[in-house]
Amino acid sequence: MKLVVCVKQVPEITNVRVNPETGTLIREGVASILNPFCEYALDHAVRLKAANPDIEIIAVSMGPPQAQSALMRCLELGADRAILVSDRKFAGADTWATALTLAAVIRKAVPDVDLILVGKQAIDGDTAQVGPEIAEILGMPQIMYGVEMSLTPNRKRIRVKREIESGYEVLEARMPALVSASKGEIMRRMPSLADVLSARHRELRAVTAADLDLSENELGLTGSFTQVVKVFPPAPKKDGLKLEGLEPAAAAKEIAVFLRSAGYI
Amino acid sequence: MLKIDHPICNLCGLCQKSCPFGAISTGEEKVTVDERCTLCGACVNVCPQSALSIERRQASPEELARYEGVFVWTECEDREKKIVPRKVVYELLTHGRRLADRLEQPLVAVALGDDRMAGLERLCHQGADRVIRCRHDLLGGYSTDGFTTALAAVVAKEKPSVLLFGATPSGRDLAPRVAARLRLGLTADCTGLAIDDQGQLVQTRPAFGGNIMASIVTPYTRPQCATVRPNVFTAAEPDTQRSVVIEEFPVKLNKASIRTKVVEQIPTPAEGEKIEEARILVSAGRGCGEASNLDLVRSLAHRLGGTLAGSRAIVELGWIPHTLQVGQSGTTVGPDLYIAVGISGAVQHVVGMSSSKKIIAINKDPDAPIFKIADLGVVGDALHILPKLLDALKSD
Repeated sequence: MKLVVCVKQVPEITNVRVNPETGTLIREGVASILNPFCEYALDHAVRLKAANPDIEIIAVSMGPPQAQSALMRCLELGADRAILVSDRKFAGADTWATALTLAAVIRKAVPDVDLILVGKQAIDGDTAQVGPEIAEILGMPQIMYGVEMSLTPNRKRIRVKREIESGYEVLEARMPALVSASKGEIMRRMPSLADVLSARHRELRAVTAADLDLSENELGLTGSFTQVVKVFPPAPKKDGLKLEGLEPAAAAKEIAVFLRSAGYI
Repeated sequence: MLKIDHPICNLCGLCQKSCPFGAISTGEEKVTVDERCTLCGACVNVCPQSALSIERRQASPEELARYEGVFVWTECEDREKKIVPRKVVYELLTHGRRLADRLEQPLVAVALGDDRMAGLERLCHQGADRVIRCRHDLLGGYSTDGFTTALAAVVAKEKPSVLLFGATPSGRDLAPRVAARLRLGLTADCTGLAIDDQGQLVQTRPAFGGNIMASIVTPYTRPQCATVRPNVFTAAEPDTQRSVVIEEFPVKLNKASIRTKVVEQIPTPAEGEKIEEARILVSAGRGCGEASNLDLVRSLAHRLGGTLAGSRAIVELGWIPHTLQVGQSGTTVGPDLYIAVGISGAVQHVVGMSSSKKIIAINKDPDAPIFKIADLGVVGDALHILPKLLDALKSD
């Protein structure tokens, strides 16, 4: 069985600051990491493989050449091989152009794919759109926000426990299918030395635009349907009242006064 | 690709400073751009010499002008054996009315469901000129396949100019399927929507966890599609004088085309009202120390007639279910009053609650980022302050 995990390298956004004068991101010293939700997706892939040893896990990432380090981490965490999809011609791709490119890679490199796992969203863009768009382009059913996954006994379907607004529900879909992960049981585990060493022997292949059955005007910015016209800092937050050094009773009184004056009690 | 007209470039370096991705460097002789460039265009706008350009595809205005109308997907929810539109739909219709008026085009609500659908008149009272109702037994509960097929059919036939979805879990499941099926541009999780002088929808959304905002247009494809965060726009009071027009739109669906099946539903016991719709939320974070202290927070919520919520941290600790999680990977809330108890206010949390009308924060750390957005910030130990506050409120 073939299981593709699509992953993205992202800046660790908790450390991203904005230059107040230019309104642009200060990226110096900001580490690039494997998007946490993608890591959850990989966790699920590894656990599915533990239960079904014939599964081959193929990690795929589209990004600049340095996204290779995110794929190395995937290999360390249990992917069998990895594909880096990188080309200047992919630059500026919106979610549609990204999905179209990734779908073309999967079609070409893993035509017999049974299951595609993705993270529920990337923490930099937060769109949560690329997964469903890949599924639609490849004509697969999708199950989003998965927290537990298993194959049904006849191994024709994937069963997913997923988060919904009122709790959870369990859905099944016939494979090939695409599933997004919103949580993993194993949180951000560290690979062992043996994992790191064995990862170096696994295949990490590069794919460029020339390898795909797509025309150039379907790629990158030219192939994108949306365009960013302006990037700017969020409106400055209002200045509120901040009270320090009060005894608990005095602090409680201030809060009560605030609640009363604002009409909440 | 980014084009640099080297002969007219004066090496001023503004493009390098403006680049959100650090992709541009100004050398002694020329400016170079590397593979980190995403073609976002930030540099093109700042270049005083107009030496930078990005080739963008053009579509004819005549082609685009054939599409007309602002359409809103009417997401419904179960209520007392009926399925009725949920709150975010009224928010979208209220703002959609403004967009439609600016475009001088109709506002249309598209409701998909089975025969239990009810309360659709209110869609017109909230601003819609008409409702397109698609009824089918297979649309009784949400499924990606069933809803994508039905909505894509409506859109392909009606050819609207704008199509809006609430950025709810189902909205974010459905919108990219419909957009990909029809090969349309889609912008996720917008917090602002406006019409520019060319009649284009300008979609504004936060990125990088709310550290930066981006305005996005969809120049070549119609309808221009966007998902919109709940609680960003305020729903107007319904106007019951508005005339109600409901049209049937027949769709053909068959069971085999819905490739997922629901095996089991596992509801989480509710704390009170849904946090997305609550007027008052008292929200707990890791600073509350341990799960048993949540009783204190819950008591305050109950005293104020509100609901308990919490940060991602305490969901992961298992103190509260994910249904109560506020923030980027939880629910976007916009109550009248949000009290953050022991929440530091990481960007991922703040983007999910910053549209609250009033914010009170209690935290031990005077440098906690939550204080930057609080109307009233109290530096102190919530576990000591809350009992006193409950006493103070008791005496009222």
